[in-house]
Amino acid sequence: MSRMYLFLKYSAIALWSIFVVTPFLWALTTSFKTANGVTGGPTYLPWLQYEPSLTGWKSLFGGGGGIDIVKPYIDSLIVTGSASLISIVLGSLAAYGLSRFTYKAGFVKNPDLIFFFISQRIMPPIVLAIPFFLMLKWLDLLDSRIGLILVYVALLLPIAVWIMVDFFNNIPRQIDEMAMLDGCTPFQAFVRVILPNSLPGIIVAGMFCLIFGWNDFFFAFTLTFTDTQLLPVAVVALNSSVTPWWSLSASALISIAPLLLVAFVVERFLSHGTLAGAIR
Amino acid sequence: MSLKIQDLTLTVEGVSYLDGVSANFERGKLATVIGRTLAGKTTLMRGIAGLQHLDRGALTLDAQDFSTLPAWRRDIAMVYQQFINYPHLNVFENVAFPLRRRGLDETVVDRRVRVVLDKVGLTGFEARRPHQLSGGQQQRVALARALAREAGILLLDEPLVNLDYKLREQMRSEFRGLLADQEETIVIYNTTDPVEAMLLGDTVVVMHESRVLQIGTPAEVFDRPASTQVASVVNDPPMNFIQGRKGETDIELVGGVRINLPWHLSDLAMGDYWFGIRANELRVGGTSLTSQVTFSEVSGSETFLYVDSTAGSMTLQVQGVHIHDLDSKVGIGIPAERLFVFDTSDNKSLVAAPATGAQL
Repeated sequence: MSRMYLFLKYSAIALWSIFVVTPFLWALTTSFKTANGVTGGPTYLPWLQYEPSLTGWKSLFGGGGGIDIVKPYIDSLIVTGSASLISIVLGSLAAYGLSRFTYKAGFVKNPDLIFFFISQRIMPPIVLAIPFFLMLKWLDLLDSRIGLILVYVALLLPIAVWIMVDFFNNIPRQIDEMAMLDGCTPFQAFVRVILPNSLPGIIVAGMFCLIFGWNDFFFAFTLTFTDTQLLPVAVVALNSSVTPWWSLSASALISIAPLLLVAFVVERFLSHGTLAGAIR
Repeated sequence: MSLKIQDLTLTVEGVSYLDGVSANFERGKLATVIGRTLAGKTTLMRGIAGLQHLDRGALTLDAQDFSTLPAWRRDIAMVYQQFINYPHLNVFENVAFPLRRRGLDETVVDRRVRVVLDKVGLTGFEARRPHQLSGGQQQRVALARALAREAGILLLDEPLVNLDYKLREQMRSEFRGLLADQEETIVIYNTTDPVEAMLLGDTVVVMHESRVLQIGTPAEVFDRPASTQVASVVNDPPMNFIQGRKGETDIELVGGVRINLPWHLSDLAMGDYWFGIRANELRVGGTSLTSQVTFSEVSGSETFLYVDSTAGSMTLQVQGVHIHDLDSKVGIGIPAERLFVFDTSDNKSLVAAPATGAQL
């Protein structure tokens, strides 16, 4: 029974892995091809089926072709990283307030405020493009990293608040009260007791922010032009009159690297049980 | 040297939680606050601790008013009914947390934590996380953290209620030992259990429907309850109350049964009263009343009989195992010398039954 189960389980995992990994293998081989290699049909084995070349990779780092992916890469890291960090910090504070204190302004109460946050994500992004454009123009922040960071905070903050409210609600209020009786101000109680106990929530919210921010194409495309260019836009911009498949593949591969890193780190945390059981 | 609370009042959206609660608590004494669920015991503690804003009232410790101090600056430790510990800290760090917050020297912290953990019997568990402990151990950690503080006021809000029966009895006697040597501390202990209140308390504060009804030693509260409410709260099962009229030579209970006037009621004016009698003082097989069994349960050493009689429904607590079928007829004996008398208009006590124990 258990052997059969294991067999089926690993078969399913193997099957699924084929679906997931194949596109990456495809991109990996293509990134080492030249124009001849790409047009020569589906080939996978270097040296045997096609002549490998570093043209694609070199082109990304200023090695000819006039394409430079390094600056967009750094810009993307800075914009996504800053926006996620700001969202997590502000989001945790807002969520803690919404979880622990009662706000009332007429008919507006805590649940309405929480809905207000999440309702920002109900609108299709395209509706927000023009207002964002006008606002950034007014602030003279179009085509700048700071402008994009502000826009991304607006998009990521609701996610952070929404996830963190749920986590804070699951921590008994008596723990905050106990911390206060033990000599903590409400803010100290938050930092010393509540935050350490919501580490899983912070990591989950942070992951969501990083993924959403890193993957965004639409706002990066509409709100920047020449001075600032984020990775997704830069990758698409590679596609000119002749599509350099080798450069595209290489850039696609390195653009997923940070998320891959995040996934590995979180996976290690989870498997070590550091997070599991942190909350009873 | 005492904690004085005056006129604590809290009403939220028309519901009264505390209604003019006043009391004095002495240093080195343990006061139990007894009352049913929702009597206002927890609100009282939260008010004293500063966790609950009150409509009005004054709190003074050694003549110093601390009503306006925030919770984190009051000299108060508390143990909750739920086992509240810091999940992300191990046992040692849990107990050390309040000490570190006060900036105590590391060697002092270390010594105090070890002493207290030894007292509560958790030596060897320092490195465990709270969720790796049993319920009783978790509550010991919470108690240890509260004791380590050496705070002026120690509040215990039904600390044993979430434990199983056997453990509760064991920890109750442990608590008695642990709290007995808190000579500098004012200890207030909430409970719904009369036995716990009597066993632990130097003083018993009886609360009912957000008011304090009586404050006294366990003996005073038990032997001379101030009102019917007090009598039902401090007796488990609650005291039985029978309406009746005192005549010249006898008492006529509702339903027409007459019993002879006992000597301790001879001075009572004639008229209508509530007559109270404890469940364990009613006798099965007597001839005062006839009744019908509506429910009966055997706890092992005792049998609880719930009956309907001509004078109303009553509860009897009888030694030993007695099997009674439902609806079977049972005669009840009312020992007249054990009757308490209460006013029918305001439920206040008029005459108490003579205390049974030796009087010192």
